[in-house]
Amino acid sequence: MASAAGTAPLADVDMSTVSGRKRGKTGYLLLLPAAIWLGVFFVIPFYSLVATSLFDPSGSDSRGYDMTYHVANYWHVFQDYRGPLLRSLWYGAIATAFCLVLGYVLAYAIAFKAGRWKNLMLVLVIAPFFTSFLVRTLSWKLILADDGFVVNTLQAVHVLGSDGRLLATPVAVVAGLTYNFLPFMVLPLFASIDKIDHRLIEAASDLYANPIKGFFKVTWPLSLPGVVSGTLLTFIPAAGDYINAQLLGSPNQRMVGSVIQSLFTDANNYPAAGALSMILMIIIVAMVLVYVRRAGTEELL
Amino acid sequence: MNWLRKHLVLILGLLVLVYTFIPIFVVVLMSFNDPASRLIYRFDGFTLHNWLNPCEDPAMCSALGRSVEIGLLATAGSTILGTLAAFALVRHDFRGRSTANLLIFLPMAAPEIVMGSSLLALFVGAGFAGQLGFWTILIAHIMFCLSFVVVTVRSRLAGMDDNLEQAAMDLYATPRQTFWKVTFPLVFPGILGAALLSFSLSFDDFIVTNLNAGQTTTFPMYVWGVAQRGVPMQVNVVGTMMFVISIVIVVGGELNSRRRARALA
Repeated sequence: MASAAGTAPLADVDMSTVSGRKRGKTGYLLLLPAAIWLGVFFVIPFYSLVATSLFDPSGSDSRGYDMTYHVANYWHVFQDYRGPLLRSLWYGAIATAFCLVLGYVLAYAIAFKAGRWKNLMLVLVIAPFFTSFLVRTLSWKLILADDGFVVNTLQAVHVLGSDGRLLATPVAVVAGLTYNFLPFMVLPLFASIDKIDHRLIEAASDLYANPIKGFFKVTWPLSLPGVVSGTLLTFIPAAGDYINAQLLGSPNQRMVGSVIQSLFTDANNYPAAGALSMILMIIIVAMVLVYVRRAGTEELL
Repeated sequence: MNWLRKHLVLILGLLVLVYTFIPIFVVVLMSFNDPASRLIYRFDGFTLHNWLNPCEDPAMCSALGRSVEIGLLATAGSTILGTLAAFALVRHDFRGRSTANLLIFLPMAAPEIVMGSSLLALFVGAGFAGQLGFWTILIAHIMFCLSFVVVTVRSRLAGMDDNLEQAAMDLYATPRQTFWKVTFPLVFPGILGAALLSFSLSFDDFIVTNLNAGQTTTFPMYVWGVAQRGVPMQVNVVGTMMFVISIVIVVGGELNSRRRARALA
């Protein structure tokens, strides 16, 4: 393998001081291409987004926009799209809570109970998510369909009324979000739980803590870094997602991502789209900061 | 009863695992579906038709081809840039490390819709509104795959035993020989894993792509389009294939590393 790649431009990596980090220009040179790429296509776009969100809304993408520092854009889009915005945060939060419960059970089982099947189970956790996101979501549409097994069963046990349905309700959207973002929860949780020294849990039970108390006094606090990064990695994409809302929900479950998308591509209202995108970003960053501070951990990944 | 109590967590964990596979069973099942109508999405009868005529809708296969093409190029680009950066972060000391780490971390934490719309704002602002398509998608994909490559390769590199490299140099290997004979083969599984991750991220992306694609259609965008007006069952053939291929790669990799571990032991 190494000889096949022997002509790649990596050859001038200086290995003269393997132990410890080497100072000098090589580090910068290695980092430079990636840093430029992220600078030009991630950081600068962010400034473009801020600028776009402050453009005069009376312009158009063909005539061009005037920069008028039109802060009122923010207020207007907040007024107009408060519903989808709050709904996205709400659905994202509920889906994250479900993911935490399901993900914790699974991660705990893999870390402590799977024994020599640990690696296999980890692979199996990720495997379903290699199938296309959209195709997977479409198959939930079939599972939750009106005359499908799930709906019929729920109707038979009177959880749903005889004309009750799941599709085109918040239940379907949250179920889809929960399903699709589960691995983002399981993997960080597993990484955290797997590191816990099992002797600590045994010590708790030696000291007469019942399993439930032992869990909340020992396992749970020690797994907090995983809980924090797992919930963030689940909540952020779930709140920004609109595929589940669109495929499994109805216009009443419209999420903010779909509004931003259509403001950009259908309505060509760039300033409004930019402002709404910024509002979503600001809310998420604020929530993350508060949350990380409260959870008392700086370790994100 | 005692047995149940002892294995309760494992059973619950396995149930969650089964739950993650339910939609996959549906995808595989539907790939053999003989639909009565394109508009009603349910299982009507068994047929091999979809598997024998995967390209019945040529639009699907051209979208699929484009996704593979973009996926391969995005994987190559992000894997090369990301691996170089990972070496820089683990092996070299320089000012601005924490800024660099933050720069790598942020794209993974930013919501896709925000990332996609910022990029669109940049392209439109720079006067590329008419040129949105293959290249803008590729640029976007390399951007969001890059961080995942850096993180994957970095963790492999950081967990590596330095002693082997020390030994190589004690035995008078030149730095170049040490790199290609010792370091690179040891890091390679990490690079391979990063490349696979990049490909699947790129291949599967919808939100960022949809904003920056112009008139170009990738496979997820095709599925999105037909979802409104009736899905051809061949979409499930592609879904099944993706699942099978990734299982083969992942299980193959796992078996390979076990075999190597045994050979070393």
